[in-house]
Order: sequence, then structure tokens, then C-alpha cells
Amino acid sequence: MATPIVNRRQFLSFTGFTGAALMLGFRQSAAAGLEILNLSEAANTFEFTPFIIIEKTGKITIINTRPDIGQGVYQSIPGIIAEELEVSLDQVTIVQSDGQKRFGGDQFAGGSMSVRSTYQALRTMGAAAREMLTTAASQQWKVPATECYAENAKIMHRPSGKSLTYSELAESASAIEMPKNPRLKDPKDFKIIGKSAIRPDVPLKCTGKAVYGIDIAVPGMVYASIEHCPVYSSKMISFDDTETKKIKGVQQVLPVEKVIGLYKTIGVAVIADNYWAALKGRKALKVTWDHQGNERFNSNDYAEKLRNLGKTEGVEEHSKGDFEASFKGAATRLEAFYETPIVSHSPMEPMNCVAHWKENNQLEIWVSTQVPGDIVSDFARDYGIPPENIKLHVTFNGGGFGRRLFNDVVVEAVNLSKAVKKPVKLIWTREDDTQQGPFRPMTFSAMKAGLDANGRAIAFQHKVISPSIDEGLRTGYDVTKPDGTMTEAISGQEYLIPNMQNRYVHADFHIPLAYWRAVTSTTLAFSHECFIDEMAVKAGNDPMAYRLGMLAPESDAFRILQQLKAVSNWDKPLPKNWGRGVGHWLFFAGQCAQAVEVSVNKTGGIKIEKVYAVIDLGTVVNPDTVVAQVEGAIVMAITAATKPGITFANGQTEQSNFHDNIMLRIGEVPKIEVHILAEGGPNIKGVGEPGLPPLAPALANAIFNATGKRIRKMPFSLEG
Amino acid sequence: MASYTLSINSKKITLEAEPDTPLLWVIRDYAGLKGTKFGCGLALCGACTVHLNGKPIRSCQTPVSALKKLAKITTIEGIADNNKVGQAVQNAWIELQTPQCGYCQSGQIMAATALLKSNPNPSDVDIDLAMGGHICRCGTYPRIRAAIHKAAGAIQTTGKK
Repeated sequence: MATPIVNRRQFLSFTGFTGAALMLGFRQSAAAGLEILNLSEAANTFEFTPFIIIEKTGKITIINTRPDIGQGVYQSIPGIIAEELEVSLDQVTIVQSDGQKRFGGDQFAGGSMSVRSTYQALRTMGAAAREMLTTAASQQWKVPATECYAENAKIMHRPSGKSLTYSELAESASAIEMPKNPRLKDPKDFKIIGKSAIRPDVPLKCTGKAVYGIDIAVPGMVYASIEHCPVYSSKMISFDDTETKKIKGVQQVLPVEKVIGLYKTIGVAVIADNYWAALKGRKALKVTWDHQGNERFNSNDYAEKLRNLGKTEGVEEHSKGDFEASFKGAATRLEAFYETPIVSHSPMEPMNCVAHWKENNQLEIWVSTQVPGDIVSDFARDYGIPPENIKLHVTFNGGGFGRRLFNDVVVEAVNLSKAVKKPVKLIWTREDDTQQGPFRPMTFSAMKAGLDANGRAIAFQHKVISPSIDEGLRTGYDVTKPDGTMTEAISGQEYLIPNMQNRYVHADFHIPLAYWRAVTSTTLAFSHECFIDEMAVKAGNDPMAYRLGMLAPESDAFRILQQLKAVSNWDKPLPKNWGRGVGHWLFFAGQCAQAVEVSVNKTGGIKIEKVYAVIDLGTVVNPDTVVAQVEGAIVMAITAATKPGITFANGQTEQSNFHDNIMLRIGEVPKIEVHILAEGGPNIKGVGEPGLPPLAPALANAIFNATGKRIRKMPFSLEG
Repeated sequence: MASYTLSINSKKITLEAEPDTPLLWVIRDYAGLKGTKFGCGLALCGACTVHLNGKPIRSCQTPVSALKKLAKITTIEGIADNNKVGQAVQNAWIELQTPQCGYCQSGQIMAATALLKSNPNPSDVDIDLAMGGHICRCGTYPRIRAAIHKAAGAIQTTGKK
């Protein structure tokens, strides 16, 4: 495998320091596992991920390779290093990595992975630095290292009380041999990990000082607004910019390509010396599109298509036992069909990018992104320039939710800058954001279950019918194989059902689809867990007891549901006209169970009274962040379950802004109580997404419990 | 193109812009104050909220020409200046770690400050109404509510001294 030579000068100029210092990084490989590396000397001929830089000036820099999209990694990632390094985050400068390969292959925020996939490596690296500093001090004092300890960016000598700061020790520490197995702190001594520490980004976000992509301004910059066709997969035939050019400030009008996955579309861009002129200019354009028949696309017809496809077999995704026989022979059989909608991501910061294509194929980009690594590697590949030529600045993201995993806006900005030979600031309108997608796809589910004479589940089938996210992103999609993304976790739940056969029916689609927060679990958990409830009701069982009865007592789900039962006072009678429901989901991001209490008023209107959530984590870095993430996921889930979502008519979305793409408001939020299970151990589960999937089924199940009305379709209105 | 003189956070600023330019873009791009945000452009989300003579307005729907000369505008950058209510709101927001992505929070803080100035002890229903025009996609609403109550408590305590 080719190992690139690291350019030390480039690295130093990136971090902005020049002096001798202690610089540590790590490298992970299949062969050697995790190796902590001392990078203080001249560049070595291997890839490294530098994370800690301690300078003689006293400056301590920690590099964060995970963009902060509101999930708190601006604190949690550096916090893990700071814990072992025995510094506080006030003593640290946090720098976001720039997507270059030297910072490793995992520069992205997604999959609820940021903390749990780096936890061990970051602790080890922080501990290694601490030990090298300790050894350096002990050598300087000529005392045993055992008499020294680290505290507050200093090494202390216990018997005499003398101390040396990390800045004083940086140079000598850099020459110390790397410890092979640095000692990690005992969790009982943690000052940062497991504590609800103040996040350093919070004061910035409360005073208007946090910088997002949309806030970037560079000298010589022009502004762009692009007219995109709201009917997807249309061709741009011609445009008339006569009125546009009359608008003061408008400089140029030109077509520009947008690429997202396999979708390439052309829009018409207006370039101006201020944003308002660019926007007015764009609105004055007359563009002729050929919709290529796609103007006939509408949600009602597509839903009918999915229902019809639901009657076909599809392909097998997973099989255990003999579903067909056990279903046929079951004492009781149930069948139900569930439907869910398309929804938008709608981060509060509309999509935007500043790009500057300079001489000599140098490209500078400023953007709110979840994928710095992808931007550098993809643009190098697609534009035929060396990755080192790309200078990427990653800002705070004004919301990601999976939308900012995609770089369509960066493509447009780069293409424009290349054409106009100036830095271009592209801002999408909220209408662009709502109409262009990419969207979270709907999934329809054909559910079947067979119960024995005692009501126990002996046969189970979840057949998913849906379009495919992955099909639109990469070539080589195979419709004869099941789609892992679109069927995620349905075969991985811990319920002990002896005969199970899950299937996937693929449906064509022509509009870009994307990973939403908690991806397909957000729709599949609804169908799956509402149907489990139908089975419980059919069996005459309490839904919580029914689930517990289907789980091995040593399973995580059993433990979580027992805890949920306790904290939600599940067995306590509720007031008149109230109901309660439960939902649980285990998937790639983690595991969470929720109980929802609702009340029904005289006109049949539903009020969500309370949501109890139990999230299973293993180890917690910042408990306050965990609670915030679960609260936020629940709000997002209530929105997706009860608000209209995205529908299509005449080929385009019927929604364009927040007046018809409805978001939950503060008055609609129930009381939320979050409980964290953190039993320790090496298995750390994720935080950002698990709070989403259980809400919709728990809510629908609560409404059934209160009203006797079974809900099989999202969205469902809470109004009477 | 016309000339406009405004007072933003007690600083006089004169600029040239088209009369229909929304105050939002004047604040962000002409005055260079980026704390006020663009979220929807239709006054539906609240991210662009600033104070005009102490009252909250949606700057994305306020053309610069609609403002009187030296109209007193306060943005998030100036909300704590000589403003005990603004300071209390920001302190409560920080103490409760209210923001997640933070993009909507400038507007939320401006609205909360205006609420507490006119209603020092708001009920939950008062909060629903005053803050209902603000969208938070991250779902920080529980903490926004708690921070408003906390700020209200802090202001009352300070007032009693």
C-alpha cells in the first residue's frame, strides 16, 4: 500500500505554529491495530492523525475531526483527550480538521459514531502525552516518575510541591520514547468524562459569535442564487435573462451543473455583487424546462404503486425457521399494511457554500459540512487536482441531520467560481431547500404474524416496499438483492420469534433520496413496533409484558424495557381518557425505548402528555449532551409522525417553506424525561440518533390504548 | 440605490442599498453583523429577529427603506449592552446549555428578551405564544422554556436587591 509522505510544512501552516513542540497523533491499521505516534520530529513517511499539539508558548491545541452539527462533539471529542491529558478545555484551543488525509479516514459526523468510534484511541493518546510529560519532568528533576503526577496542564512533584508547566516540558517531552501501553485513568477520577461539562461552543452560540458557513465572507466575493427546476429530472432548454440583467448589481447569468449521487441537473445561476440582487435577478429569470414527463409524478399515484407492489413477493432479506408453514398453521394470524411519508431534513441554516477556484488549480472552500474527508477526496478525484490543492474550512453546521452528508451545493459553488474566476458565495433559499431535497424516503410495510394458542408469536414477517437511497447514490445497485439500508434492523431486533422471514420489494424513483437522522429506522420502527403492539392486543396481553415475554432476560432490550417500565410507572393506572404506549428499537446507531402518555379531549383531540425515554449507552462522555440529543430527537420524531411531511403534485413538492412544511413549535412539545443506562464496558452505543425511532410507534400505540383507534399511517393528526 | 442611516447597537451606520433590501441583509452584509440569521425569508422561523426600539421584528421582511432615519436597532451582538434582561437571558441560556446547533438561538434569545421585558413573570402559555413563531429543528424547546423561567427568576431576584 502506498504511504504518502506527510508534508510537515503544510501541517505546520495549517495549525499556525512554528516552534518546537510535543505533537502526538495515532495511526490505526488492520495489521498493527492502534499505534500512538510521536510526530514531533521531522516528517515521517506514513499517514498520521495528529491530535495533540503542546507548544513552548503554552498553547495546547486539540484537533477535532468531527464537525459539530449540534451533537456536542466540539466538547466531547476534545474532552476525551483533555481528560487523560489532565487539562481543562479552557486551556485548550480546538481546531477543526480540514479533510486532508493526514487527519485520517474518518472525518465525518454521522451514524452516531463520532464519540464511540474514537473513544479508546483518544484516551490512549491523551494518556501517552501525559506520561511523556511526566517522564520528562521526572528526568529534569532527577526524581522517580512515581513521585510525579499530572494536574491542570502541569506536572507536580508530590514530595516537594514543585511543578513544571506543559509548555516548559513540551520540547523535552517530545524526545521521550513513546509509552507502549500508557495507563488510562480510573473512571472514578474522571473530571470531564461522565460529567455534564459546559460546552465551549455554547457561549458562542448564545452571543451571535459562532461562525456558520453562511456567515463566511472573503475579499472579492460575489453572490449567487440559482434557479433550480422544482420538477425533478427536468432538462433546462433555454433561459431569458433580459429582465434579470436590468437589476442593479447583477453581473452575470450562466447555467451551472448540480451533482448529487447519480443525479446531474442544470440550473441557471445569477451572479451579483450582493445577495439581494442575486435573488431578485433569479426571480426575474424566465426559464424553459422540459420536464420529460416527470410533471405527472404525484404522491397519490406513487402510493398506489407501492400498495400494488406490496402484493408482490420481492426478495428475501432474512430467513429463520419456516415462516410460511408456521404462519399457515398458526392458531391466530394477523396481517396489516403500514404507510409512511417522505420528509425533509430542513436544517435551520439553508444550504450554502463559498468556493474559490484559484490559479494553478488551487481550490478553497468554506462550508457547513458533515463530510470534510469526502469533500477533499471527491473533489480532487472529480476535478482532477491533487487533494493537497484543496483548502477546506469547516464551520459549525446550522443543523445537519444527514442533509450535510451531501455536497451538491459545494459542486454548484465550485462550478460557478471556476466559470466566473472569483470567490462565489452561493446561498440556497428555503424554497430551494424544501423543493430540491434530497429527501428521506417513505417505506410501506406489509406485516404478517402468526400466534400460537397462548398468543405467543411463532411466525413473523416484515416486508418493506420502498424506493432506494443507495440506488441513486452509486452505480452498481442490484435490484435482485435486498437493500440493506431500506430494511435496516428489521431482522436484528432481539424478540425471540422462532420463524421469521423478512423481504424487500424495490420501487423505482427519480428524485434524490438521502439518509435522514436515524435513516430508515424512522419509518421501519413505526410499522414494526406498532404491529408488535397489534400482536400483543390480539393476544390479550399488556404490550410491555408481551415484549418482555418475547425477550431473553439477559438481552439489552429486556434490561432497557424493564427500566422503562419502572421509570414510566407503567403498571400505575392512568387518569380517565389517558392512554400509554411503548416502542423500542435497536439499530446501527444504538438502542432506545420510549413510553408515551396521551390524553384525549372531548372532541377527540390528542395531547401528548409525557414521553419517557431510556437510552442504553455503555459509557457516557457528557450526560447533559445525551439528554439534549434525546429530547431533540423526540421533537423531530413528533414532527415527522404528526405533521404533513412532503407530498408531490404535478412533479414537484406541494411544500416550499415553513408555512406548508410544518415544523413542531414550542407549545406542542410534551414533558420529556430521559434516563441513561450506562453500565460501563467496552460496548459504547451512539447518542445522536437512537432517540428518534421509538417515538412514533410509542405514540401511535398510546393513542390506540386511549381511543381504540389503530393507526397504520404516518403522518397522523393529533387534532380532534 | 439610496443612502440610509441607522443606529445598530448604539452605533451609527450609513450605507447605500436598494430600498427593498431586507434589513436582514443590511445587518449581515453591510454592517457585517453575522449573529442575525437567514432561515426562511418569509418571517416564518424567527431566525432573523432583531429589536426595533426594543420590540422584536422580523428583519427578513422589513425593507431598509421602511425604517426611520437613525431607527434604533438592537441585534444579538448588542442585546446584553446596558440590558439586564438580555444579560439574564444569555446567562440562563448558557447555564442550561440550551443551544445544540445554535443557528436559531440568536432569534430565540431576542424574542425571549422582548418577552421578559414586557412580562417579567411569564406563564407557560405566555411562553408558547411569544416563542411560537420560532422554529428550532434541533428541538431545544424544553431548554428554551426552562431558560426563560430561569432568567425570569434571576431578574426578579436581582430586582429585589
